[in-house]
Amino acid sequence: MNTIANRQVICETLLNLAKDDQDIMVLASDSRGSAAMAPFANEFPNQFVEVGIAEQNIVGISAGLAHSGKKPFVTSPACFLSMRSIEQIKVDVAYSATNVKLIGISGGVSYGALGMSHHSVQDIAVARAIPGLSVILPADRHETKRMTEALVNHVGGVYVRIGRNPVEDVYESGDYEFLIGKAVTMREGTDITIIAAGETVRVALDAHEALKEAGISCRVLNMHTIKPLDEEAIVKAAKETGAIITVEEHSVLGGLGAAVAEVVVQHQPVPMRILGIPDEPAIAGKTPEVFKHYGISADNLKRVALQLLGQ
Amino acid sequence: MEIVELQLKAAQIRKDLLTIIHRAKTGHTGGSLSNTDILTALYYRVMNIDPDHPQDENRDRFVLSKGHSVESLWSILADRGFFAKEELLTYSQFGTRLIGHPNNKVPGIEMNTGALGHGLAVSVGMALAAKRFGKKYRTYCLMGDGEQAEGSVWEGAMAGAHYKLDNLIGIIDRNRLQISGPTDEVMGLEPLEEKWASFGWHVVSIDGNDMQELVQTFEAVPQVADKPTLVMANTVKGKGVSFAENVAHWHHHVPNDAEWEKALSELDSSIEKLKREGQVC
Repeated sequence: MNTIANRQVICETLLNLAKDDQDIMVLASDSRGSAAMAPFANEFPNQFVEVGIAEQNIVGISAGLAHSGKKPFVTSPACFLSMRSIEQIKVDVAYSATNVKLIGISGGVSYGALGMSHHSVQDIAVARAIPGLSVILPADRHETKRMTEALVNHVGGVYVRIGRNPVEDVYESGDYEFLIGKAVTMREGTDITIIAAGETVRVALDAHEALKEAGISCRVLNMHTIKPLDEEAIVKAAKETGAIITVEEHSVLGGLGAAVAEVVVQHQPVPMRILGIPDEPAIAGKTPEVFKHYGISADNLKRVALQLLGQ
Repeated sequence: MEIVELQLKAAQIRKDLLTIIHRAKTGHTGGSLSNTDILTALYYRVMNIDPDHPQDENRDRFVLSKGHSVESLWSILADRGFFAKEELLTYSQFGTRLIGHPNNKVPGIEMNTGALGHGLAVSVGMALAAKRFGKKYRTYCLMGDGEQAEGSVWEGAMAGAHYKLDNLIGIIDRNRLQISGPTDEVMGLEPLEEKWASFGWHVVSIDGNDMQELVQTFEAVPQVADKPTLVMANTVKGKGVSFAENVAHWHHHVPNDAEWEKALSELDSSIEKLKREGQVC
């Protein structure tokens, strides 16, 4: 069990890389604390920009910096970054093809009891509708580190969503290659596939174990990149396992499940279920409580899987 | 280029922009005519730019935040040789690069704009990069006056002053008209100069259709150390075409054949007069 939050890992990784790369810049919207970026701000003041509580401005300024050859990482709460500044993301980042990395922190329901204004469960739908913008949800500290290293070398607009709290490890080590747009097969299986991203990868792995006890062979795909989507892995899973469940910390409208379904119905129709947050203001509470409420759990995944398999 | 040559150039650019709008049957005539003198001063005299090296890292940057009045900019970029003049004929045609807003697939365009209230923040980023990392270029951002109603303009204004960007020049094409009528009837802006000053900018108010004043103002920047400059360029919407001047309807009215011919003949008269007298009356 790891106790480091992904936001902290991003800071540590950027701190390390910025020593040799003067082009890396971090921007915050009065969020250097919540983004865990204070160490970066202290160590590299010349490569840090405080914009204040102004999410439209932070994206515009980042686009201007990127236009001048910098590699800006915008760190701002996912709920505001993905919605309040979406036009700047569309025009200044995606349309203008500027090399801006947008890191949505405290995404999903990780702001817990703060309510719908602070929950970010529409961000994937919004971000993936924008041409040219990549969308990534890393699962744990190892993946977050690999992803951050990849992003520094990747040219193009990217929206990343991470949560607030420490996440249990899903990888044993960071000793693997993170490729943007390439899903990771976390567990092999032949009867059914569960596709997850971000913090729900842990839930999917637990479901794999629960299903194993019931004699079901369940493949688990970590679809860390929701755009560009690894269509090949989805079609392969549909062909080889015949049924798919997606599980996400996001509205069931327009997120991971919708993205997978778009591929499945067009290329390899198989029975499918989409688990996530229904089309309602998400209930307030700690992330595990909210997950349990909406059936984002190993138990419920097992139940849905058995149902889908007619058992 | 000397003042009278710049004035002649501006008249020619007005003819060109009216012609592409007339031909395409679409465009933002009034605002393009009002900002033509500003753009002419910048692109033919003030800014350090080289059409043969449009990506030179030391070039001055220009962002047309009021992206809808791009026809003057297309005409100028073509005339300055950023792309072939014949391409102007494709303006607004199917599949063209020369769309109704700035498009950075075209050499000479830095950023895509069109959604109002975006340009200043982007310009702050460009100017901040220069200031922090020792680059000599300046960043010019032209906004509309109706655009001042966008809250994001003021986020950019705040940041420009906070970071002491004396290499950043904001310009407002203050023609006092927007689609629905006078700017101050649509949404009160006054006291606009005081607002910018209170946000920490050095504010200069000039006649934005007076070439001499434009050149002198831009060449004197920065007038105050550690402060961005806001040039309040008081202009006339539809400038240069008698029947379009100060008429809100011409915001995006397209000249018909007769109007186009009359406008061109008026501009030809201005050109003749300039050549005769060597100055604008």
